[in-house]
Amino acid sequence: MNPVNDTIRFENVSKFYGEVLGVNRVTLSLSPGITTLVGPNGSGKTTLMNLMTGLVQPSRGTISVLGLSPSNATEFFCNVGYCAQFDSFPRGLSGFQFVLDSLMLFGMSEEDAYHLTTESLERVQLSDEAAHRKIAGYSKGMRQKIRLAQAVAHHPRVLVLDEPLNGLDPMARAESLALFQELGRQGMHVIISSHILDEVDRISDRVVLITGGYLIAQGNIHDVRQEVRDKPMQVLIRCDRPDLLASKMFAVNHCVEARLHADGNGVFLRTGDIDEFYRLLNEIAVEGLVKIEAVAPADDNANAIYQYLIGSDGGVS
Amino acid sequence: MMQQSVGSAIGILRQQPWSLWWIQARRMTRIEIRRNLFTKRAWWIYFLAFIPAVIILIHLVIDSHPGFSMGDDTEVLAGVMQFYYVRLGIFFGCLGIFSRLIRGEMIERSLHYYLLSPVRREVILLSKFFAGAVSSVVLFGAAIIADFVLMYAGYGAAGWDFMLHGPGLGQIEAYLLIMVLACLGYGSIFLLLSLMFRNPMPGAMLLLGWEAINPVMPSLLQKFSVASYLRHLMPVSVPAEGIFALLTVETEPVAAWVAVLGLLALIVVVLTYTCYRMRRLEIRYTTD
Repeated sequence: MNPVNDTIRFENVSKFYGEVLGVNRVTLSLSPGITTLVGPNGSGKTTLMNLMTGLVQPSRGTISVLGLSPSNATEFFCNVGYCAQFDSFPRGLSGFQFVLDSLMLFGMSEEDAYHLTTESLERVQLSDEAAHRKIAGYSKGMRQKIRLAQAVAHHPRVLVLDEPLNGLDPMARAESLALFQELGRQGMHVIISSHILDEVDRISDRVVLITGGYLIAQGNIHDVRQEVRDKPMQVLIRCDRPDLLASKMFAVNHCVEARLHADGNGVFLRTGDIDEFYRLLNEIAVEGLVKIEAVAPADDNANAIYQYLIGSDGGVS
Repeated sequence: MMQQSVGSAIGILRQQPWSLWWIQARRMTRIEIRRNLFTKRAWWIYFLAFIPAVIILIHLVIDSHPGFSMGDDTEVLAGVMQFYYVRLGIFFGCLGIFSRLIRGEMIERSLHYYLLSPVRREVILLSKFFAGAVSSVVLFGAAIIADFVLMYAGYGAAGWDFMLHGPGLGQIEAYLLIMVLACLGYGSIFLLLSLMFRNPMPGAMLLLGWEAINPVMPSLLQKFSVASYLRHLMPVSVPAEGIFALLTVETEPVAAWVAVLGLLALIVVVLTYTCYRMRRLEIRYTTD
């Protein structure tokens, strides 16, 4: 596969709704895997997704998805599925009929459409009985599932999901995340916007942070975290003598905070110089006074990055 | 040079996936017809279409045509066609059917499902238009045939002879042609209005007003009226009196084929511009 044709590209894209800024000068290149869009309400996440799928057109700049443009709908939407946040459906349809009608527009035979409909409903774990009921009688979680089933039914290479975990109970959320993970592993592009950061963080390959229509950071979560040099990083060290380790670490300037773990077998240390921190930790381990069992970044996740870069103003969306 | 560019244009046209578009259009049309004709919300359009038939039926049962001739009833039917169907019934019926095709889905926030399907927007629009046309033609066609049959059925064998072998056959053909053209003409305009305005009703009222004052306009402006073309196709002329005179279109005489082609040209122009608007349509339900 040509790498250019395997990426989603935004080049200097701006979108204005009259006088109101949607997004401004966004340049992005997304490779296959799971990408999470993070930002507060009105930051431009949905605008980015709508631009990507041609529901709105850019005021400036160009967008290509796998080398395709939404203006070529026939080819584009065979490769792209979009589960939008609009919680509405054509009237009078059952869940099964809704997915089947969508697939029939791909030009496939009725038999194939029927088969794919059944398969997608199984994928989102919507029971047969529920699938044949009218959507008007569905719970919010079921509506979310049927939208997801419709978006994945044609086996797209790019799946765009706007708040896909909204309204799902914990079990359904876990199932959906497992499905996204599986799709990401299969080499698909999965673009997710979600406010349940802890959950999507676990499966994301990269994050795109956006606020006020501006892109403020993008890339692998760990790389983005590394770039936030002005914020001390927090590391959890599991060891047999956390108090001794904390005192040794505090002897150096870059260590700014230490907090014992609730179970007494570890310590959270916050440092302004992560490279120097790890060098010193190695020395302590070699000395043998403290037996170190595990070292793990404690704020190396999308939630922490969000807090550092965007803050809590406006609330996470 | 000219030949080359025509050749390349033909080549481009041949490369297009016409068979896929045809399948998509057929399937979309089927879905749309189901929604137009078989939903509870369509009842008032059934009412608009069939109310004259109900009234004629009541007269048939109660009056049994005392003192009326077939000639009188022919004029009554022509009046129903001209004053009711073209001016009100088909006008508002098409407003209900065609303005719902795009705007209704925007109000219900379900249009994006179509725009996210692998169907060209022009195919979506034309399929919806065709489905609207089929729905309105089936409804109003059935209603007009019912009016016609009920109007003359009371005359027994003479009535049936008039309908099947006499001038009645030509009249019903003309009425059906007028009805089809009215549905296509008003339908295309209401589809465009629904893409241009959040609420197409003020635009429709302006159109109604325009159609009413059109007869007093210069002949060039009269070409931009659906009813003025249809007037020339009426098989029976109805002298306008009183309040009806305000609603009657008195245009310069035009040959039937000119009227048909003129109206079809108007429909093509309106649909071409509607396709252009559809191409540029953005989904922003919050502002719609």
